Amino acid sequence: MLDLLWLVPTIPLIGFLILTFTQGKLSEVPAGIIGAGSIGLAFLVALLAGIEFIHSDAPFFSQHLWTWMSVGSFKAGFNLYLDGVSLVMMFIITGIGFLIHVYATGYMHDDPSFSRFFAYMNLFVAAMLMLVLGDNLLLLFMGWEGVGLCSYLLIGFWYTDPYNGYCARKAFVVTRVGDASMAVGLFLLFQSVGTLNIQDAMQLAQAQWPTAGGGTGLATAVTLLLLGGAVGKSAQLPLQTWLPDAMAGPTPISALIHAATMVTAGVYLIARTHILYMLAPDVQYLVGVIGCITLLMAGFTALTQSDIKKVLAFSTVSQIGYMFLALGVGAWNSAIFHLMTHAFFKALLFLTAGSVILGMHHEQNIFKMGGLRKDLPWCHWLFLIGTVALVALPFTSGYFSKEEILGAALAHHEGGYMLWLGGVAGAFMTGLYSFRLYFLVFWGKKTHDGHEVMRWNLQGPLVVLAVLALVGGYIVIPVEKVFPLVHEEHPSLMYQAIMIGLPMLGILVAWLVYVKGVIDTKKLAGSGLGAALHRFWFTQWGMDWLYDRLFVFPYVGLAKLNKNDFIDSFYNGTAWLVLALHGLFSDHQTGNLRWYSLTMICGVLLLVSIGVFL
Amino acid sequence: MILVWLMAILFAGGIGAALAESRGAEHPRAVALAAILIDLFLVILMLVAPDSLGLGTASTVAQLGQHGEWLVLLKAEWIPRFGVSFIFGVDGLSLMLVALTIFLGLIALGAAWGEIKQRSGFFYFNLLWTLAGVIGVFTSLDLFLFFFFWEVMLIPMYFIIAIWGHENKEYAAMKFFIFTQVSGLLMLLSILMLVYFHYSATNVLTFNYFQLLGTKLPANVATWVMLGFFIAFATKLPVVPFHNWLPDAHSQAPTAGSVILAGVLLKTGAYGLLRFTVPLFPDESVSFAPIAMTLGVVSILYTAKVAFAQNDIKRLIAYTSVSHMGFVLLGIYAWNAQAVQGAVMTMLAHGFSAAALFMLAGGLQHRIHTREMDKMGGFWGVAPKLSFMALFFTVAAVGMPGLGNFIGEFLVLLGSFQVSIIKTAFATMGVVVAAVYSLIVIQKVFHGKNKNNYVMADLSAMEFICYALMMIGLVWMGMYPQTMLDMAQPALQGLGVVFPR
Repeated sequence: MLDLLWLVPTIPLIGFLILTFTQGKLSEVPAGIIGAGSIGLAFLVALLAGIEFIHSDAPFFSQHLWTWMSVGSFKAGFNLYLDGVSLVMMFIITGIGFLIHVYATGYMHDDPSFSRFFAYMNLFVAAMLMLVLGDNLLLLFMGWEGVGLCSYLLIGFWYTDPYNGYCARKAFVVTRVGDASMAVGLFLLFQSVGTLNIQDAMQLAQAQWPTAGGGTGLATAVTLLLLGGAVGKSAQLPLQTWLPDAMAGPTPISALIHAATMVTAGVYLIARTHILYMLAPDVQYLVGVIGCITLLMAGFTALTQSDIKKVLAFSTVSQIGYMFLALGVGAWNSAIFHLMTHAFFKALLFLTAGSVILGMHHEQNIFKMGGLRKDLPWCHWLFLIGTVALVALPFTSGYFSKEEILGAALAHHEGGYMLWLGGVAGAFMTGLYSFRLYFLVFWGKKTHDGHEVMRWNLQGPLVVLAVLALVGGYIVIPVEKVFPLVHEEHPSLMYQAIMIGLPMLGILVAWLVYVKGVIDTKKLAGSGLGAALHRFWFTQWGMDWLYDRLFVFPYVGLAKLNKNDFIDSFYNGTAWLVLALHGLFSDHQTGNLRWYSLTMICGVLLLVSIGVFL
Repeated sequence: MILVWLMAILFAGGIGAALAESRGAEHPRAVALAAILIDLFLVILMLVAPDSLGLGTASTVAQLGQHGEWLVLLKAEWIPRFGVSFIFGVDGLSLMLVALTIFLGLIALGAAWGEIKQRSGFFYFNLLWTLAGVIGVFTSLDLFLFFFFWEVMLIPMYFIIAIWGHENKEYAAMKFFIFTQVSGLLMLLSILMLVYFHYSATNVLTFNYFQLLGTKLPANVATWVMLGFFIAFATKLPVVPFHNWLPDAHSQAPTAGSVILAGVLLKTGAYGLLRFTVPLFPDESVSFAPIAMTLGVVSILYTAKVAFAQNDIKRLIAYTSVSHMGFVLLGIYAWNAQAVQGAVMTMLAHGFSAAALFMLAGGLQHRIHTREMDKMGGFWGVAPKLSFMALFFTVAAVGMPGLGNFIGEFLVLLGSFQVSIIKTAFATMGVVVAAVYSLIVIQKVFHGKNKNNYVMADLSAMEFICYALMMIGLVWMGMYPQTMLDMAQPALQGLGVVFPR
């Protein structure tokens, strides 16, 4: 079955082609079967191939499909590369992807563009699989750009509303800034080691780049440039601004692309090229710092949002921050582990939020919800499961992965302690904002009626995800052959108590504030300092505002100013000059003899006088 | 002889089309179609089964020294007194461009099929003669002959714009004519200088490309002669600041004219740089390269910004063409294996994507009689097939991996990075601004609301076939570019590009 690995990305691609070229003529049922079925089939093949791979005990499996291009010394092949990390990613993409596709057949029911939706979704899965299965960075980049395109298409899926189009464009352009940085990184890497094959490049770099003195400039430059791509895709500082707007897309998209898979591509990229980062320890530490700051910033921002999906979006930014933190302290496997558990519980949360939105007739404002426990019992329990996993209460999936990350930060030799502090502070924030959301939606006074929408394809996938979110922490990911061994150091009891206690404290505060009403939040947000802080947090620390003024407005302004291309005025000016001179001289061609003789005499006099006086 | 046939069929077809009009307005296009189809058949034969045509390879090369692999080479006297002769030849590079020309000729014919109603005989005459001129440009290896065809392709195109163009056609046609004519004059002067210095050094009066290669000019003269060639080709490409003819010519030309202009005529500029400017003046080109590459980067970024501000959809696409051609210039002057191969791939891929986009814009104008994007919107709802095609070709133009344009731009940047890090870094920002101007087109035209409630026919079968063919071409180039790369490599090596193993 391992030889059929190429089928895994191919099947979704075929699904995309069928759905595209039938041009929406398929009715919902066959379109749904093709759309979701292709992912299910891909998952099946991936499962069989994966089992064989694990049994084979080989460190990796590679499959050469064809030579993509070979120009002089540059070669890139359409080669697949499967090892522990890409295996985990492949399972997440096809497995979680399948569940979300099934859910989407229920969620998108009756949408006039039903089959277009699944066409884009299938293309996305195909591209995402190329991203994780490519054996060279160019193939990875192909998947990378492909998922970006699908993200654009799906955020702007309901295209009649210009706001959705704006959000889609913003997502594409902002991530493309990162992509440009990444592309330059690829050029530099090729220039220095002569290949873009990931494994070869890492080996050559290890052999060629001197490691003394905190790494070389080359390692620093390459990893920084790649990091630029990673922060763009994974919505980390300073390129995180697009993700909240990406929530304009249909909710299954938010679950699949903007929570479970695509946004974690940056984490995958860094983990995939971890040897390069180990050669540049400063940059690696920077990854951790970025993660730490992002997770705190997003946590504060999540606390102020009123849109259920935006809270979850910032929570995603925050959780990816944890993954970056893990990468920064060299806990590569923990980063991938958290990536997986996060995919479970965040997909669950987003899809359940989708069910809540359906049940509330497309209302997304949490302040118009409340007391929905009774009306939406399924949603309530599923959401609660997702939330406790997100908050990392003991024995849920999120607990295992987050504890590993924080433990690794604590054990990290220098600077790890600061990251740990940020991480546990973030854990408190997570408890606070998550349960704020939960309490506001499901507790308190009921203001609007909700109606649970019951469909097998809505609740079915959610139950599977809920089970995964609860027990997924016991899954052991087979990455030990990929990453260098990390010394498992169990933190002392005090630290463990802090790590378990702080999220609970967050929940307690949330309960006191949002259920008991100990503090009036409206009043708090209304007072001088509170209002300023609220606005600051709410606007993601004013970064959109800043970017608009730094980049968007000047660019648009300059473009508008020079709409008529000032260079053209030079040529038009020349033409005008010629015409004017033509006019001037033709005016003298009057055919009037008296005028001719007069000017001739004047000319002669002029010449003579010049001759005399000089 | 086959090369002569390719041109002769088009020349004769043009005359035939002009004469056929007296039998009815439908007849010229049938004649034109027949001529192009015969040519297409021949060129496909040349591509897939050169043996069946008895095309020489190694034997002819041996006589000519180390100048790459010539698949066909034909030599005959023309004006022996002045050393002017008929020398036609194709290597892999020329052959691909000839194939592109004929293929896009067919596409242009498809675009004109339902659009050109008046004086159709003369229209198809001009169309076929332009194509014949372009083929002549891609195959001539005598500088006098080359200049002759350079003019042949210009004048019929002038008529196409001036007669069948839109509201401001006289201005646009005249501008196109003057720009090309003035720059052509510079080239003619340069050719004469080159021939003169060659004559004074060797006492042989010749316009033969192979003999002129390696001519040593006095250092102070050489730069100026090289610049004469460069400006002529840079105007055609076009490169900022010689680009201003293009937005007007494109927006005013009929659809078929735009398709040929963007798809093929621009490539003659790139071809000229590759075939003549750099090989004839290798030393001067090396010292000029930093300036040329800077101009390339300026073209990429500057015109991308101007494109973003346009409201006229054809004007916008025209500016994006200049932006993409900036990559070609950058690649040519970086002059290493990846960069030049990238430039060639960009030429081919842009030939398809720009032709398709202009055809789409022309198709829209034909349907709703405006090019102003402010008036458009929400067309996905009324013409989904057309919108899908627009999305596809826009995405290709943005440089999506898996499609041809990406391969070109990536290889250009990969190669030029080894020459200049700073310039390449700026050029890479081009992919960001490309996204900005491309997506705004999709938003304004196909997304949003259909404010003016336009109703339009979706793609006709004929249109669909045209787009589908170009789509297949771009996917092929993107997924298996090796076909084209292998074909171009010996030719590029012949031009002096080094391919390290």
